[in-house]
Amino acid sequence: MTITSNTGAEVAKAETIAVTVDGVGIEVPKGTLAIRAAELLGIEIPRFCDHPLLDPVAACRACLIEVEGMPKPQPACAQVLSDGMQIRTQQSSPVAREAQEGVMEFLLLNHPLDCPVCDKGGECPLQNQAMQVGRPTSRFEEDKRTFPKPISVSAQILLDRERCVSCARCTRFAEQIAGDPMLELLERGAKQQVGTATDEPFDSYFSGNTVQICPVGALTSAAYRFRSRPFDLVSVPTTCEHCASGCSLRTDSRRGTITRRLAWEDPAVNEDWNCDKGRFAFTYMAQGRITTPMVREDGALRPASWPEAIAIAARGLAQAGSGAGVLAGGRLTMEDAYGYARFARAVLGTDDIDFRARQSSDEEAQFLAARIAGTPATVTYEALERAPIVLLVSLEPEDESPIIFLRLRKASRRRPATVVAISPVRTRGMDKMAATWLPAAPGAEAGVLDEIMSGGSLAETSMAELRDRLQAPGAVILVGERAADVPGLLSAVARLADATGAGLAWVPRRAGERGALDAGALAGLLPGGRPLTDADARDAVARAWGIDAGSLPTAAGRHGTPLLQAASRGEVAALLVGGIEFADFPDPSLARAAVTATAFVVSLEQRHTEVTELADVVLPVAVVAEKAGTFLTWEGRPRPFGQVLREDLAMSDAGVLSMIAAELGQPSPGDVPALRRELGSLGPWSGARATTPGVPAQAITARAGITLASWRLLLDSGAMQEGEPHLAATARPTVARLSEATASHAGLAPAALVTVSGPRGSVTLPWEPAEMVDDVVWLPLRSPGCGVFADLGQVVGGEVAITPGGAA
Amino acid sequence: MPLTPVITEHWDAPDLYTIDGYRRFGGYRALQAALQQDPDAIIGTVKDSGLRGRGGAGFPTGMKWGFVPQNDGKAHYLVVNADESEPGACKDIPIMMANPHALVEGVIITSYAIRASHAFIYIRGEVPNAVRKVANAVRQAREAGLIGSNILGSGFDLEVVVHAGAGAYICGEETALLDSLEGYRGQPRLKPPFPAVAGLYASPTVINNVETIANIPYIIDRGVDWFRQFGTEKSPGFKVFAVSGHVNRPGIYEAPLGITMAELLDCAGGMRDGRPVKFWLPGGSSVPMLTAEHLDLPLTYEDMAAAGTMLGTGTPMLFDDTVSVVKAVTRWLEFYKHESCGKCTPCREGTYWITGMLERFEHGTGEPEMLETITSACLQIGGRSFCALGDAAATPYPAAMKFFRDEFIAATSTPVDETFDPVASYVFAGAAAR
Ligand SMILES: Cc1cc2nc3c(=O)[nH]c(=O)nc-3n(C[C@H](O)[C@H](O)[C@H](O)COP(=O)(O)O)c2cc1C
Ligand code: SF4
Ligand code: SF4
Ligand code: SF4
Ligand code: FES
Repeated sequence: MTITSNTGAEVAKAETIAVTVDGVGIEVPKGTLAIRAAELLGIEIPRFCDHPLLDPVAACRACLIEVEGMPKPQPACAQVLSDGMQIRTQQSSPVAREAQEGVMEFLLLNHPLDCPVCDKGGECPLQNQAMQVGRPTSRFEEDKRTFPKPISVSAQILLDRERCVSCARCTRFAEQIAGDPMLELLERGAKQQVGTATDEPFDSYFSGNTVQICPVGALTSAAYRFRSRPFDLVSVPTTCEHCASGCSLRTDSRRGTITRRLAWEDPAVNEDWNCDKGRFAFTYMAQGRITTPMVREDGALRPASWPEAIAIAARGLAQAGSGAGVLAGGRLTMEDAYGYARFARAVLGTDDIDFRARQSSDEEAQFLAARIAGTPATVTYEALERAPIVLLVSLEPEDESPIIFLRLRKASRRRPATVVAISPVRTRGMDKMAATWLPAAPGAEAGVLDEIMSGGSLAETSMAELRDRLQAPGAVILVGERAADVPGLLSAVARLADATGAGLAWVPRRAGERGALDAGALAGLLPGGRPLTDADARDAVARAWGIDAGSLPTAAGRHGTPLLQAASRGEVAALLVGGIEFADFPDPSLARAAVTATAFVVSLEQRHTEVTELADVVLPVAVVAEKAGTFLTWEGRPRPFGQVLREDLAMSDAGVLSMIAAELGQPSPGDVPALRRELGSLGPWSGARATTPGVPAQAITARAGITLASWRLLLDSGAMQEGEPHLAATARPTVARLSEATASHAGLAPAALVTVSGPRGSVTLPWEPAEMVDDVVWLPLRSPGCGVFADLGQVVGGEVAITPGGAA
Repeated sequence: MPLTPVITEHWDAPDLYTIDGYRRFGGYRALQAALQQDPDAIIGTVKDSGLRGRGGAGFPTGMKWGFVPQNDGKAHYLVVNADESEPGACKDIPIMMANPHALVEGVIITSYAIRASHAFIYIRGEVPNAVRKVANAVRQAREAGLIGSNILGSGFDLEVVVHAGAGAYICGEETALLDSLEGYRGQPRLKPPFPAVAGLYASPTVINNVETIANIPYIIDRGVDWFRQFGTEKSPGFKVFAVSGHVNRPGIYEAPLGITMAELLDCAGGMRDGRPVKFWLPGGSSVPMLTAEHLDLPLTYEDMAAAGTMLGTGTPMLFDDTVSVVKAVTRWLEFYKHESCGKCTPCREGTYWITGMLERFEHGTGEPEMLETITSACLQIGGRSFCALGDAAATPYPAAMKFFRDEFIAATSTPVDETFDPVASYVFAGAAAR
């Protein structure tokens, strides 16, 4: 657990006080709790309700200690130390020891003897502390209190009430940390129990944390319940592959199968928490796996040996050479992305490469090259926590980067009104971060930013005041990857950051995007943010790669939609494709056409997909648990991790690419240490960078129809969430959101359905009134029953029509 | 020692509960005088009077008011604790029924003194009559311009809210009451911060008992010297004693602090049928019991403490020799088990366990070793719980064991109903049953 003070990070700098613990003197920051001071001396005071990141409740009374001058024993978890205070723990105080033993006896009275079948058995704070301070035999002869077991507090979280020790960790987590106060303690006395309101399950994105911090086996997950015993597990520290928040995780496996994942403590990033996607979405790794290489013969794929498949792939790609293109995808480790970046330039001699399997733009590529690629992590989680203001642009942290959400919520509990969000919709997430909402229709965001620069006014918010606040030291602007949807927005963001001096960070959604950017898997960019068009940059890279600089492409290649368009016209001789899904592109049919029309396609994939179906050579690659690697968080912080499933022989993408390169007589590193060494040897780039884009904000032309707003919900139809129905059942429902005015104008009846139509088709779904910009409809981007790109054929900011969709 | 009716002086007037009736006896005179004074002067007067809280703990009222940071620019609140739910305590509810305007006048004066512009009266929800009486008194006071804006031209504004609780003893504990008033589940809050600094809605708040506040108009009207002529140095003033149990005339007796139990018992007509006092509790179920040998002790905070008990709410309960102490203690523990809020382990689990063991004794199946187990369980609760409810739950058994150990030993083999005919102890049983 993290040792931080509940009274805030500022404590580190605060004055210190001298106290004694069991007669031993120690200096601690003012405001330190007795239980933390004892920890510093290595004295473990029993505890259940105490948690360093939750406000103290002093409810369980397991931590009673003696405080000089106080008649009664005091709870160490709530005792704020003052200068000169003398405390005595169980180590030196019989009163404290007896008090602790008494509480432990009480805690065990009604506790069931479930240990042999309880998930917590073997890693249970109650078991462990009962061994420390419990009696060898029980004096309790009455009937134990029982409850029907278990009940579901959500589709994922189960509760065995008789195991609960009423520590209120779960309820405080829900209320204080997640801001989802759907778990509450109900009833009183020995009947007190955790529960939810009748029609309001604990559908929090962070619900799994309660299972982890429950000090007994009262809360369990449907996914892990009865699956394993802790002492049978092999645990490996890992990094989450689901988003750019970059949570530290612990992955537990048994006999080659992953059984569960836990949040692993990292005070700098995820503290003690993670989100349910990172915790529960790992079953996809075992599903639909490709087990052998495949090659196309007479129009159909057939299994092939590795040497044969590698040879065919090498031959086809070499033939295409600089005429080939590379679609790397955003889910790669940095090492794998580097493998693609290097292979494209050094082996194929092409710069037609992109990792962005989503809506993207030229302006974005230029912005990333100018401001983000290869830059050190300066805007960090800690910076967010301390910032006097955080401006969110095209970013809904609760859905798109949950740990940013938790940090901003944490900051806002101490300093409300820190967060300001520009968005077409006022969301619950914003309320939980105590955010100020700056409404902007999709497409109008850049104009709002320019408005801030010029100090105008918008609704009740004074833009001049916002600008002044952004000029304060430590101010931060966070821009999400969705900013690429809006022409001029990233330019405006950079302009505002330059004008105010505010720190600027770009927050992609996928875990691999920032690493891929820094590794150079984007046309025009070599590793470390080096412009490909810069001769010095090319020289440095060529030296590190051991090749002649003259063999590197010198003109920036194609990326994004133009690359797909060229391929769909048959102008790309071969495509090397990593893990992408057509449905993720703003025009899924264009992506499909690109792959279909290209004469030779090599697909490196973990599982059978639409791409592998169309490929000429399919080479199976390792899932994240089968390899080591590094993800970069949105901050640019490297998060290296080790291999979980060690017996597995699956090769990483970079390993496979290295085999193809070797086949072509161009040796290149394929294992993680060598890749890291080579990438590291390049060092940071200090030369000139690309210029910041200067696309002007678009004038919003009045339109008759409705404008589409959309982003991906955290839990949706993503391929990496497959095979985990309990998790899927806690996803937010697929609903459209509209303002009351827009809905009534369109004649939508309350609780009825709405049909949203775009150029390709329509979706019909329930709608909910929301506080949002008029004449805008918000849809989940890729949720069950609503795929904006595939079903509507419209992009965010485009025009759609809404009509009543009948009764629900 | 004679009775000294003050709050109860005109209880026989049929219209005392109305504003006209109350005014006929000098009501709201004190308010007029108070509004001429500096608020700090009123706090000073109450400090000088030595008035101690009548809610159970006996904390000096003026000192409590003095803790509220003044001129801090924050909203201040007065909260009146009218949740009276302690077994044996029945004095606040009669005051609210018979003389509600004394409470309302006290609320206005106190709010003025502590600079509160909102006051809340949190009344036990099970007594709708009291809620109605107080709500009516507040309405009448508002109509008379005594509540609202610019009261009596003084520039002082006050709103008074009457709130009915939902039936939990713990909501009488002052911080649980605040949570309940704010709409949360009533459970005590972690202190510090103390309510005087961060109470209702995190603002400085004074919480006082009904009787405490009902004393205020009389102290302001008649002065410190008048008040201090009653009682003792450490327990000045008079007290609304509510005497109950096997006495001939149970009821409300207002007398100076320092009156002995024997004298009060005389006022209440002595024990029924001339039976002896077996044990008695000076102030509700939460204070340790005493026996007949303690009847001549003065009922003051200090004398009760010296005797190992507490004055508590000042509502003596007397039990004659028809009562099984085992059964009485079991009932009280059942009450605490039922009312434990569940927040902390010792009280939640301890009351569950002890009650189970005591019920065995009641049925004659307790084991002798269990007596020690109960003793140690009580020690594990007292002083280790989160709030005073746990401490209270740990008191009845040790006190009973001090005086009546033999009765518990007997209950290891004989059900108490065989030793003590339950019908004989009923107050309503009538002479025949006795
Ligand atoms: C479990 C419990 C119940 C209580 N119930 C009441 C009550 O009903 N009325 C009351 O005035 N005080 C009650 N108290 C005491 C209050 O916490 C508080 O001390 C009192 O209201 C302060 O007022 P005073 O200073 O005027 O006595 C209770 C305390 C506890 C621990
Ligand atoms: S369910 Fe677990 S975390 Fe929640 S109150 Fe009970 S013991 Fe504590
Ligand atoms: S917040 Fe992101 S990195 Fe953390 S567990 Fe969730 S998906 Fe994984
Ligand atoms: S002692 Fe503990 S369980 Fe009992 S009422 Fe107080 S807080 Fe609740
Ligand atoms: S850990 Fe201190 S009271 Fe629970």
